[in-house]
Amino acid sequence: MSPDFLYFIETVLNGLMSGVMYSLVALGFVLIFKASGIFNFAQGVMALFAALTLVGLLTGQVPFAHLIHAIFGVEAQHWGAGMPALLAVIGTMVVMIALAFLIERIVLKHLVNQEPIILFMATIGLAYFLEGLGDLMWGSDVKALDIGVPSGGSFWWEDVTREWAAEGSDYFGMYIDKLDVTAAIVAAVLVVALSVFSQYTRMGRALRAVADDHQAALSVGISLRTIWVIVWSIAGFVALVAGIMWGSKSGVQFSLSLIALKALPVLILGGFTSIPGAIVGGLIIGVGEKLAELYIGPLVGGAIENWFAYVVALVFLLYRPQGLFGDKIIERI
Amino acid sequence: MKLAKLAAIAATALTIGAGPAFAELVFPSLSYRTGPYAPNGIPFADGYADYFTLINERDGGIEGNKIKLVECETGYNTEKGVECYESTKGEGSLVYQPLSTGITYQLIPKATADGIAIHSMGYGRTSAANGTIFSNVFNYPGTYWDAASIIIKYIASEEGGDLKGKKIALVYHNSAYGKEPIRTLEELAKKHGYALTLLPVDHPGQEQKATWLQIRRDRPDYVLMWGWGVMNQVAIQEAANIRFPMDHFIGVWWSASENDTIPAGEGANGYKAVTFHGVGSDFPIYADLKKHVYDAGKAAGAGDQAGTVLYNRGMVAAMWAVEAARTAMKIHNTKDITPAMMRDGMEALDVPESRLAELGLPNFTVPVKVSCANHGGPGLGMIQQWDAAAKKWSIITDLISADREVVDALIKEDSEAYAKENNITPRTCN
Repeated sequence: MSPDFLYFIETVLNGLMSGVMYSLVALGFVLIFKASGIFNFAQGVMALFAALTLVGLLTGQVPFAHLIHAIFGVEAQHWGAGMPALLAVIGTMVVMIALAFLIERIVLKHLVNQEPIILFMATIGLAYFLEGLGDLMWGSDVKALDIGVPSGGSFWWEDVTREWAAEGSDYFGMYIDKLDVTAAIVAAVLVVALSVFSQYTRMGRALRAVADDHQAALSVGISLRTIWVIVWSIAGFVALVAGIMWGSKSGVQFSLSLIALKALPVLILGGFTSIPGAIVGGLIIGVGEKLAELYIGPLVGGAIENWFAYVVALVFLLYRPQGLFGDKIIERI
Repeated sequence: MKLAKLAAIAATALTIGAGPAFAELVFPSLSYRTGPYAPNGIPFADGYADYFTLINERDGGIEGNKIKLVECETGYNTEKGVECYESTKGEGSLVYQPLSTGITYQLIPKATADGIAIHSMGYGRTSAANGTIFSNVFNYPGTYWDAASIIIKYIASEEGGDLKGKKIALVYHNSAYGKEPIRTLEELAKKHGYALTLLPVDHPGQEQKATWLQIRRDRPDYVLMWGWGVMNQVAIQEAANIRFPMDHFIGVWWSASENDTIPAGEGANGYKAVTFHGVGSDFPIYADLKKHVYDAGKAAGAGDQAGTVLYNRGMVAAMWAVEAARTAMKIHNTKDITPAMMRDGMEALDVPESRLAELGLPNFTVPVKVSCANHGGPGLGMIQQWDAAAKKWSIITDLISADREVVDALIKEDSEAYAKENNITPRTCN
């Protein structure tokens, strides 16, 4: 094969992998929207908050250390050497469940039967509150996150693909990031687990019932409030996974909340109510933007991948407003 | 009646005994302690504040006149930065450090009209170095064009003086800031015969896979970076991932803090950057800071940034501000200086190595001498390199001067174009 063709394959492959990273964020949006009709603006910040908490537990950081120092004059930055990775992940998940419980108790409970735009506004407030809380709890410095997720280019893949090039060509193998491969595997496991949960468990069926029709679900005794806590907890778990993957890539810092911007075109394309849609949407956006950046970018000055993703999403929106896999909205008069 | 007389005598005696009362010297700090760029904004703001606190606590202020620091949160947002300027200028603010190229561009005409000085230290509009046109803007000790030229000079020295046929890529933040060095690098490419590839990265720069696939495919000899915030961390991580030789990856001084390298772990080892000040806390001034600021519980912020690259940068900015205020006091023979006097002090600023040593900062930064025509300072820099195992930077070169032949011509051309657009008649400098 010619090196140019191999570069093309490399771009597509890396686009797919980037797309999986976007899907990890988009999944959280889909779960909450599907179960409650809320577009959770705070999903990106939840990923940040989860990652901050995880690093805090891993490194044995005392939460609210600066605040404690300012009020009580007690200097206590660390409580010890920190937790092992698995314990820290479990600890973070407990925090995310507690957060889901508090969100339901303090915010959502009071907004039942409100217009979707009101709930959306509430999540904007929640996003800013969580960002401030994260800053207050764990500080705003950039934190390295290493829980042993493999990263860096794969030598093995480079060696294998070097053989594919035509003899005598100066080709040095195809690049793939081990972190992206791990993310793809994690995303696949996540989708399977979520599908099994929603198809084969009692709670999953209750979630689907609520997603289909709130009123009907309530009439058969399903507690909407319990369902919301569960769904926000699951979204918190997905946020934690996304936070781990993105945090391992760029360090844990407040820009992490901006990954939500990467999920928006994915949602527009895949639909707000479909888990497979989030995955397929992510893959299409990932490949589209990478090909655009590498092949169209140099012709127009570069840096087009961010807005190109939105162009792709807009084109889909014009022809299929509900997205590729979203439920068609039929309003009967 | 007796009582009133007594009171009047007492009041007169008190006034005579107290000596003249001076207004505080107001130094605004347009900081960003919140938002995505806070990890960089906090250490700079802390260093800036702590130096002023030291001057107040140890020396009783500048020549005995206390400093009042007025901090205003910009969130690294241009509109908020302008609001901060408008809301603080009335307090008698002596000089502004906008700490953002975007805010600097907005403040140049405003501050000039208000007669207040701007010190965009190593950022902002490069051609503001021409003091005949930009009377109130200072960007000493060096500009982005100086930085670009210093890096190219360093690369040339590494390559035995010959860059012909070499490939150099610039990965830059797709903003006014990131685009600043392009013109200089293009001119230097003509002079030295290297091929320049431009690779913009959109804000915030969290995803750069396509950029680094292109670098991997084109295999440039050197990659330069003009990044900020998360863009730096991702770029260094991606460079490490594609196994780009890190000692051939060189950033500008805003892509060179501990925040940028630590997340990439071992992969960042060997990464280089240009700088204009020392690294770490092995300087005599830190003993004074410990005694008068840290141990006294008067450190800014959380008090955990001492010795970091950006803390030192905030400190050096404050040091030059204090020395300029001191110069202004000497020129105008008063301790009650106005913003206009402060500007004069900045224009006559002279901080040689001997003065730096007196200040407890020996070999900490470049000697600076500003003049009416040259607001950009000496345009000197050094190269620093990251040691991932020790988690610290070290300076690996002596001072390197910018290519004045190329840079000065560009400054002249750009500043004259600005003057023409804005109907500014250049001042005459003797």
